[in-house]
Amino acid sequence: MSDADVDSDARQFSRALMVAIESGDVDVQATAWSDVRDVLARLSESRAIHGASPSETATFVLSLKQPIFHALRRRATDQNQLADLIWTASTLLDQLGLLVTELHQKAREGVIARQQQEMMELSTPVITLWEGVLALPVIGTLDSARTQVVMESLLQRIVDTGSVIAILDITGVPTVDTLVAQHLLKTVAAARLMGADCIISGIRPQIAQTIVHLGVDLNAVTTKATLADAFALALRRLGKAVTRTPPRSESASLTPAASAGA
Amino acid sequence: MTSLSAESLPVETSEHVVSVRQAVRRRAVELGFSLVDQTKIITAASELARNAIQHGGGGEVIIETIALQGRRGLRLAFADRGPGIADVARAMTDGYSTAGGLGLGLSGAKRLSHEFAIEAAPGTGTRVVIVRWK
Repeated sequence: MSDADVDSDARQFSRALMVAIESGDVDVQATAWSDVRDVLARLSESRAIHGASPSETATFVLSLKQPIFHALRRRATDQNQLADLIWTASTLLDQLGLLVTELHQKAREGVIARQQQEMMELSTPVITLWEGVLALPVIGTLDSARTQVVMESLLQRIVDTGSVIAILDITGVPTVDTLVAQHLLKTVAAARLMGADCIISGIRPQIAQTIVHLGVDLNAVTTKATLADAFALALRRLGKAVTRTPPRSESASLTPAASAGA
Repeated sequence: MTSLSAESLPVETSEHVVSVRQAVRRRAVELGFSLVDQTKIITAASELARNAIQHGGGGEVIIETIALQGRRGLRLAFADRGPGIADVARAMTDGYSTAGGLGLGLSGAKRLSHEFAIEAAPGTGTRVVIVRWK
């Protein structure tokens, strides 16, 4: 955040603050303070998005204490009046400080919610590997909300592309517990109802052993260790083969595993 | 059995299942568990944490690094505030679920651990303790 931005924020804030103070109302939730609240909401949000901490944002307001107390000391005629004035100003600034912290928190929560939403969509891309063959590389935790998105996007793409084979690759799923297994089985069953066969690939040795101990029965599903194995199987089922041809300078390269399996 | 270090984590929401898994993974790595052993204890923790939330209305887990006769291990104690389990033997049966799951969580967690203990008298909540040695 540049000095010019801070300067402009400070000007807007002090202008709004003057107007509010002149109203004589000392409740920051009152209508007279709506401009102040708006200015603070805007600047808390921009600071939160830029990664400032709540205390840094609150300091923007609380740093006014010192100059205000100085000014009050010069104006006050006696000690009692000074104490009263400082109490009023202090309460007011504390309220504003808390308000800023709350607004900051709200803005951060907004950022997090948006990121979660983005991640949910980003991490479930359905890829067409070949005509009639879809692949879905699943990465991260397969909790309920994610699984729903995964399932919907896969089923939709099966319809859109008329695919007959879908490969669910779980190389990027760190933990396969019974809930994840159940979600996978349900996705496979739903795809089957739509006329597509599913292959689950990316089953690492430690996951395989854990699934066996858990007692999850994946016998109804075709599984492969790697995506390349699954792709080779898919091509075989479609009656396609990858063959070796004399190398040409601009020829498209194919994966060795796919050509070996064909 | 001596306790080397322990931490307590809340188990209230499905986000907590993720944080419990991560904490267990961190400790298993610290203890030098093999990848297979790590995956087993993490998966067992995931099952028990989800049970505590789904059936027990939430609770907490104490994750403890322990030592016994020169061996070191990881001990997880889940305690929830739920109604307990009326028929523990039945709940431990493969394929028995009251929540539409696969019914393998509790029995699977037992098979993934070296030691398994469950206290689930109706009305007192359920307490499940598992240990996996290195």
